[in-house]
Amino acid sequence: MSARDEVLARIRGALGDNPADAPPVVRAYREAGEHPPGSAAVVDQLVERLEDYRATVVRTRGADESVGIAIAAALDAVGATSSIAAPGVPDGWTSATPVCIRDVGTITPRELDRVDAVVTGSVVAISETGTIALDGSPRCGRRMITLVPDVHLCVVSVADVVQSVPEGLARLDPTAPLTFVSGPSATSDIELSRVEGVHGPRHLVVVIAG
Amino acid sequence: MSTFLGMPAGRVPGPAADTAVGQLTGNRSFPAAARDALGDTRLRRNLAHATATIRAKRASVVGEVPDWEALRDAGSAIKADTMARLPELLEELERNVTARGGTVHWARDAAEANGIVLDLVRATGADEVVKVKSMATQEIGLNEALEEAGITAHETDLAELIVQLGHDKPSHILVPAIHRGRAEIREIFAREMPDVDLATLTDEPSVLAAAARTHLRELFLRARVAVSGANFGIAETGTLTVVESEGNGRMCLTLPETLITVMGIEKVVPAWRDLEVFLQLLPRSSTGERMNPYTSMWTGVTPGDGPQDFHLVLLDNGRTRALADDLGRTALHCIRCSACLNVCPVYERTGGHAYGSVYPGPIGAVLTPFLTGVTGGHDPNDSLPYASSLCGACYDVCPVKINIPDLLVQLRAEHTEAHAAAHRLPSAEAAAMAAAAWVMSDPARFARAGRAAGTARHGIRRGRPLLPLPPPLNGWTASRDAPSPPAETFRDWWARTRGGRS
Repeated sequence: MSARDEVLARIRGALGDNPADAPPVVRAYREAGEHPPGSAAVVDQLVERLEDYRATVVRTRGADESVGIAIAAALDAVGATSSIAAPGVPDGWTSATPVCIRDVGTITPRELDRVDAVVTGSVVAISETGTIALDGSPRCGRRMITLVPDVHLCVVSVADVVQSVPEGLARLDPTAPLTFVSGPSATSDIELSRVEGVHGPRHLVVVIAG
Repeated sequence: MSTFLGMPAGRVPGPAADTAVGQLTGNRSFPAAARDALGDTRLRRNLAHATATIRAKRASVVGEVPDWEALRDAGSAIKADTMARLPELLEELERNVTARGGTVHWARDAAEANGIVLDLVRATGADEVVKVKSMATQEIGLNEALEEAGITAHETDLAELIVQLGHDKPSHILVPAIHRGRAEIREIFAREMPDVDLATLTDEPSVLAAAARTHLRELFLRARVAVSGANFGIAETGTLTVVESEGNGRMCLTLPETLITVMGIEKVVPAWRDLEVFLQLLPRSSTGERMNPYTSMWTGVTPGDGPQDFHLVLLDNGRTRALADDLGRTALHCIRCSACLNVCPVYERTGGHAYGSVYPGPIGAVLTPFLTGVTGGHDPNDSLPYASSLCGACYDVCPVKINIPDLLVQLRAEHTEAHAAAHRLPSAEAAAMAAAAWVMSDPARFARAGRAAGTARHGIRRGRPLLPLPPPLNGWTASRDAPSPPAETFRDWWARTRGGRS
């Protein structure tokens, strides 16, 4: 018997002829928060939670040019002199940052290691947990580009901010390559005290637009 | 075949995990190992500090979730539903992973899983792999198996790196180096990292984390093969999930060409929607954060993004043994958050090494014997169900409501029965209980015994605990006080005073 057939047979044997009827799953938890997506309350909460994780948060108006000015200022503030942008970010986001190159899918990890910062959009943000989701779409970029550079500058549109985890997950396609980011890289492995900055980007700059 | 108290007729348990392969059994019983651990004052100080820190953080972030109990109920119900439908869900997971370009392998036990991974690594021609922290690969002893075949396995999680560089063993599910303080970690890094700058290496956690970043960066950039575990595998979509903090997981899951994921069969969940429950329960219970810094999810292979060769190894290794038992099945609900370790008064004092298994603490004390079986003899795992005061704190914090105290009691009963079956002579405990039953079954005998104890008190030590008792009763007083018998028994007092009314 193949390992597959044997493991499945073992499981069926362990469950018996009449597998126990598991009670139905009752979902009495909150499906949605009390504040609507994009409301001032959820945006304020997102800012508070991100700053609690020691992310840098910048707020700007929604026009691409405004976002572009905020991005240029933020990159300057962290001292980034080279940057790469996800292929689908609007031109206006990088027009004030002339050194920013576009990812065309050919850069190697080793080359990427010499780039200071990466600029991407995002699909959804969850305010209660301070979480930003990236889905590998052109605006979010391949997973590699948001990982190797030391600064991740991520633009969150106010309309994409929801309050609860269930609301956030409902907006995502699970088969896309997903990355949830909640603050900069961190560890609690030394005496269970949280310190920021291990292997992922040590600086997370969030530009909230709109 | 093993028998289970909680096993209805018609179920056939799978074989026990082979304790000769992997790390499910120590070489000493819990009491023997715990005695040494208790004598290590530095260990106790490190553990007390770390567990107190994490307990406070967990309590704070759990307290701010108004529907926490409803989430626990849902988490528990989803796991129960999963176990009842396990064959169908695993087949669905396999179908969906395969449809998206992944390859699914099945492993009956640790040796088979190690063999599958080894063959896959060899096929790539690589002589090293980078690893994401994974309990399943620790359980099966994968690093040792790869090492034997000449393949270097690099642990990349900071705590795992501390354990690996310290030639040590993990002692906690979430933070395997919890038994190490910052000064010890600095010593290990100074000794084992060839390129570290000793002049600037202090014992500040941020400095130590930066040293690990520098040490591993080159490795991440050159690695061609990664090995991971999985926190969840979603049957409905074929999506695998890894939650982590440092970004070492993302490095391993993104940069290499080949990714091999080893997952216990119990880690499957039915639907994408179920993650909305577990992604709320797990981080708050585990690291005491509202959300862990990074969660990665991938479904098979995505062209142009991440590893283009993906293998999923589904592991039994004793899980189908636990599955046949009603309570053992609930031990498989565990999502490896380690909250029960952090609140356990026994774990806090002994640390994880005393348990022998890679699964320490309250959940380890039940999961390990369910996977490996209780022999009734001198197997170290036979002592694990007794590594508890049954205080119930583990049940209160468990995000999926595993009733660990109930499981411990059942395993103790199983151990007693297995012991009786394996030995002609009754144990000292059974002999003492039989003697007590004989005394207590007759009122006159019981009264005489009580008075005799009161008299003995005068002869031995007036007013002080009887410590230690003479052999063979010293086994009891080695870790407990035997109270001094009263001068007057309750029965005599009652006969004299009628409860104070006369």
